[in-house]
Amino acid sequence: MTPRSVVGVMPARLMDPTAAPDWRLVRLGRGIMETLIQQLINGLVIGSVYALIALGYTMVYGILGLINFAHGDVLMVGALVALQTMTFLMGMAPGMSPLVMLSIALLVAIVVCMLLGFTMERLAYRRLRNAPRLAPLITAIGVSFLLQTIAMIIWGRNYHTYPQLISTTPLQPIEGVFITPVQITIIFGSAALMIGLLLLVNRTKIGRAMRATAENHRVASLMGVDTNAVIAFTFVIGAGLAAVAGVMFASNYGIAHYGMGFMPGLKAFTAAVLGGIGNLGGAMLGGLVLGVVESFGAGYIENLTFGFLNSSYQDIFAFLILGLVLIFRPTGLLGERVSDRA
Amino acid sequence: MLKKTLVALALAGVGLTAAHAQTVVKIGHAGPLTGPAAHFGKDGENGARLAVEEINAKNPKIGGQAVKFELVSEDDQADPRTATTVAQRLTDLGVKGVVGHVTSGAAIPASRIYEQAGVPVITESATSPKLTQQGFKVTYRVIANDMQQGEAMAKYALGTLKLKKVAIIDDRTAYGQGLADAFAESLKKAGGELVGREFTTDKATDFTAILTKIKSKAPDAVFYGGMDSQGAPLLRQMRQLGMNATYLGGDGSCTSEMIKLASGAIDDKVLCTQAGIPATKMPGGSDFLARFKARFKSDVLLYAPYSYDATTALYEAMKLADSTEPAKYLPALQKVSFRGVTGNIAFDAKGDIKEGGVTMYHFVNGKWEPFN
Repeated sequence: MTPRSVVGVMPARLMDPTAAPDWRLVRLGRGIMETLIQQLINGLVIGSVYALIALGYTMVYGILGLINFAHGDVLMVGALVALQTMTFLMGMAPGMSPLVMLSIALLVAIVVCMLLGFTMERLAYRRLRNAPRLAPLITAIGVSFLLQTIAMIIWGRNYHTYPQLISTTPLQPIEGVFITPVQITIIFGSAALMIGLLLLVNRTKIGRAMRATAENHRVASLMGVDTNAVIAFTFVIGAGLAAVAGVMFASNYGIAHYGMGFMPGLKAFTAAVLGGIGNLGGAMLGGLVLGVVESFGAGYIENLTFGFLNSSYQDIFAFLILGLVLIFRPTGLLGERVSDRA
Repeated sequence: MLKKTLVALALAGVGLTAAHAQTVVKIGHAGPLTGPAAHFGKDGENGARLAVEEINAKNPKIGGQAVKFELVSEDDQADPRTATTVAQRLTDLGVKGVVGHVTSGAAIPASRIYEQAGVPVITESATSPKLTQQGFKVTYRVIANDMQQGEAMAKYALGTLKLKKVAIIDDRTAYGQGLADAFAESLKKAGGELVGREFTTDKATDFTAILTKIKSKAPDAVFYGGMDSQGAPLLRQMRQLGMNATYLGGDGSCTSEMIKLASGAIDDKVLCTQAGIPATKMPGGSDFLARFKARFKSDVLLYAPYSYDATTALYEAMKLADSTEPAKYLPALQKVSFRGVTGNIAFDAKGDIKEGGVTMYHFVNGKWEPFN
């Protein structure tokens, strides 16, 4: 089954200047525009979440050269802790305003995830800091399994309905293009957090310490930087961002599950590599690019390949782009030379 | 070593003496008794157990000998690998027939082992068309398969609801793809227009990209071949994208989980099919429900009447062939025809039930309402 490619039909007729305006065609054209904008929005929403998670990967990598594969599962813990808090609050104070409730839940999730990030670093990774690179990597995968299993024991195997405290009733900023308040919150919320993080890293004392540690943590510690504290701080910040991303993710889809962190974690890792792992701006750009490419990939792969490939190959685009970027820019879109760290 | 052999011999002797008075015929049941689908497995096991007990109460004679049926229940955890182990164990125990397995994912790999051992196996609930398309002689099914589900949905959507333009999404699993293909085929036959065929995975949560693409084709309905854990967010995202198309699903969508997970987005434009018919609408339904309740102190979930009929079908075939030997009574399964709890039980050449009922469900008043 190969639906007629509308993209293929359009240009020839549009380019004929003598043709009388065919309203059917104009409407078709508008349909195409709407679809395009809608796909862009779809991509930006999911891309913002990827970007937020990718920051956690990239910060830890920038400082330690460690890929923390358990990062996606911190997102899951954040989402489920917030769910637990909201359920508790709904039972205790049913009259509470949804926004207050969400804020409290988010705060609890952030605190729990920060503690988790701190504990993870202290117990699992710090001891391996001078071990061969493979050891912390395998440990990270182990921590990921551990977190999933613990979550499975606590919250069970079933999918949970996620309370959507921010409205999901779609708005129509342009006719035919839909966006929900929760999606708007995701885009602007993650943008705000990203700007905040950039300011933190570039304008504050602790940020300077982070940059110094990333450059060379031995020298940094000789200069009086408490590198252990800086590394712990990096994990804590990354985990906090993951908690926010988790709540956003679950609120948007209205669903939460102990395995929900795996896919976004993997995609965010891809985004971090795409943008140039170790580079904050790169992670943000990588996340957004990946989200948009995925969305357009799934939406247009059939038209672009003339029906040869369909949406079961939607991930090809994301990884094709990743492959191409890495061939021509091995350090990613915004990556710097990292050979001294690698 | 010698001691063990002696003990084994002695045990075998005990078995033999018991068999002298009354031949014991072992019937296996296999389904998940642990894990997320455990409730369905237990339901099926209870149905088979009730059948065995009621047949025994009639003091049946086969081949001129008094026989006593015995149910051997095994847990396949709805897992393909465990299913093959369980199938091997059952055939090693010398069961004369098997009722099960409950899930398609378990039934298909297990069927090869039964085929090699020549043991007839009748599933009460595995609906994948593949099960009976492998060319095996031993596989039978007392419930409508996904082809029949897809057909029923296509007929209803097109004929009654007049939904002409339909888009199909499936999750690329054996179940989802099979169901979606069956629906697509029936849709084309019935003269419907397939405006989009999209794919996702059983781990996806974001469907906005493929839905946006589908939306540009303005379908009247979207059919999803997959499970509730994806179906619910998919439905939610349809509504968030301003799509008002009717959601159509198979039995993977026809669950209470679906209602729970899609709360807020689920409305009266959501339909699903369930292989089989509700027990209250079965010919022998109300009587069966009462007997089941009296015996197990619990209500029939879904598949108990089917496993009851599957067990009875094995017995009927044995009576027809006048033998409990699988090799002898297997051909007789083709000739079996009786009025079971769920309806008329007779099989086609592939082993599928001839008159398999499919029920359509609407989402009304906060729950699934059957209608036909």
